[in-house]
Amino acid sequence: MSGLPAPDPAPLWRRRSALAELVRWTGWLLLVLLFVVCWELMTREQIWAFVWDAPRQAGDLFQRMVPPRWSYLDQLWRPLWDTLNIATLGTLLALAIAVPVGFLAARNTTPSRWLVRPLALFVIVASRSVNSLIWALLLVTILGPGLLAGVIAIALRSIGFIGKLLYEAIEEIDPRQVEAVRATGAGGAQVLDYAVVPQILPALAGIAVFRWDINIRESTVLGLVGAGGIGLQLKASVDTLAWPQVTLIFLVILATVVVSEWVSSRVRHALI
Amino acid sequence: MRPTVSATTAVKLRVEGLAKRYATGDRALTDVSLALPAGQVLGLIGPSGAGKSTLIRCINRLVEPTAGRVLLGETAVTDLGRSGLRRARRRMGMIFQEYALVERLTVMENVLSGRLGYVPFWRSWLRRFPPADIARAFRLLDRVGLREQADKRADALSGGQRQRVGIARALAQEPEILLVDEPTASLDPKTSRQIMRLLREVCAERGLAAIVNIHDVALARQFMMRIVGLRDGRIVYDGAPEGLSPEVLTAIYGEEDWSAAGEAGAGRDAGPDVPDDDQLAAAL
Repeated sequence: MSGLPAPDPAPLWRRRSALAELVRWTGWLLLVLLFVVCWELMTREQIWAFVWDAPRQAGDLFQRMVPPRWSYLDQLWRPLWDTLNIATLGTLLALAIAVPVGFLAARNTTPSRWLVRPLALFVIVASRSVNSLIWALLLVTILGPGLLAGVIAIALRSIGFIGKLLYEAIEEIDPRQVEAVRATGAGGAQVLDYAVVPQILPALAGIAVFRWDINIRESTVLGLVGAGGIGLQLKASVDTLAWPQVTLIFLVILATVVVSEWVSSRVRHALI
Repeated sequence: MRPTVSATTAVKLRVEGLAKRYATGDRALTDVSLALPAGQVLGLIGPSGAGKSTLIRCINRLVEPTAGRVLLGETAVTDLGRSGLRRARRRMGMIFQEYALVERLTVMENVLSGRLGYVPFWRSWLRRFPPADIARAFRLLDRVGLREQADKRADALSGGQRQRVGIARALAQEPEILLVDEPTASLDPKTSRQIMRLLREVCAERGLAAIVNIHDVALARQFMMRIVGLRDGRIVYDGAPEGLSPEVLTAIYGEEDWSAAGEAGAGRDAGPDVPDDDQLAAAL
């Protein structure tokens, strides 16, 4: 031991300076304070007696909800079929509009970055900013209640979703493949067909199936505002306090979503 | 035997005073002039960033040159409008580093995409190419030894096979010249030599002139008929491969001990990989 040179004091290393550390901790402290204050403000109006009563109320509701009224199933097949149709037709309609919009919005395929691209992006943002249920509410007022309002509501919301994911996929393609096809003397449409479309097809299929899956879930509630599907039955049952029917509807929706989830994951696996 | 004096000395491609300045202000090319005679395979060497890729892309205007002219035969490529440029691009086959095949299309579709400049959109969209194009594509796949793979997807092939498809795609255009950008940059030494040999052979078979960007000085010495050295966007050497002395290499790449490279090149010259120059001359 004595032969070894005395080790230097271990060098000091800190990720941040003392001041930076202090600033960070103060930041966290302020965040916690903000949370406490907000909580206090939000719950000032709360009637706590109701909250303490909640477990008993929940138990009571649960007792009224079971067992499900299985005989009601006969009246659910048709609305369920309507719901699937709303989701599927809505997704197809959205695809027909979103695919061109996506090409117009992608930096590398848009005909004009200063005119067309902002317009396409606006369409996408406008569609994404409004929930399907709100679209349905508006459309039921305009078109009257029914499936058509549901299909269009689903489509309007999906255009933005599909358009956004699609234009991002288009912007991520390999530009060398595009360059190679252009170098053969191919025209604009041919470059899209031979160099761009093959590269985005798997992404597009994945996006479409994913959105279809989401739309099945969304279309189950559209009936709440009169836009057709199984939601109509749900609203009618809740309004008439027919809790065993509500339970059955929940179970049917759950089963449908599980099946659609399974289908969409199988399709996506097959495509990649 | 075809080569008369006028045929062999006819200039296929002429580049005059070409300059490229990017929007960032970087000068990629400055006053580059060269003439490419029919049947000549020209190697373009130089350090990374010397402007080799830019030069090749300015010729078919994948990159727009800032100044200068490009003449393909009698056609002033730099003066052409959109449709004229498309027709001129058909006459210049391009082969890329990393192949640039459309990965999800089949080998056959990739080869046929060389015909896109000749067929109307609806035919290419429905994949209904004229029978002559299909027959030509099969002949080319036979030539590069990939007929069995015609219906495989491009991404199922090995690197060497993909570059063969790239060569077939360029040849499907029935081009007058080939623009070749680092064809062997992602291939192993053996496959690189096979691809370079194939390139030389198809050029000889068809009397094609070619400009080949190449990184590897030994490969350039072995397979090129003429070498142009580029440094900082200017031509600093234009001559025979034998003239690549250590002084010339220093002028192109900068100071370095070139003796090892020279020996490696010399060693390979004696090896069995050397193309038979008499044979090539006869084919030309």
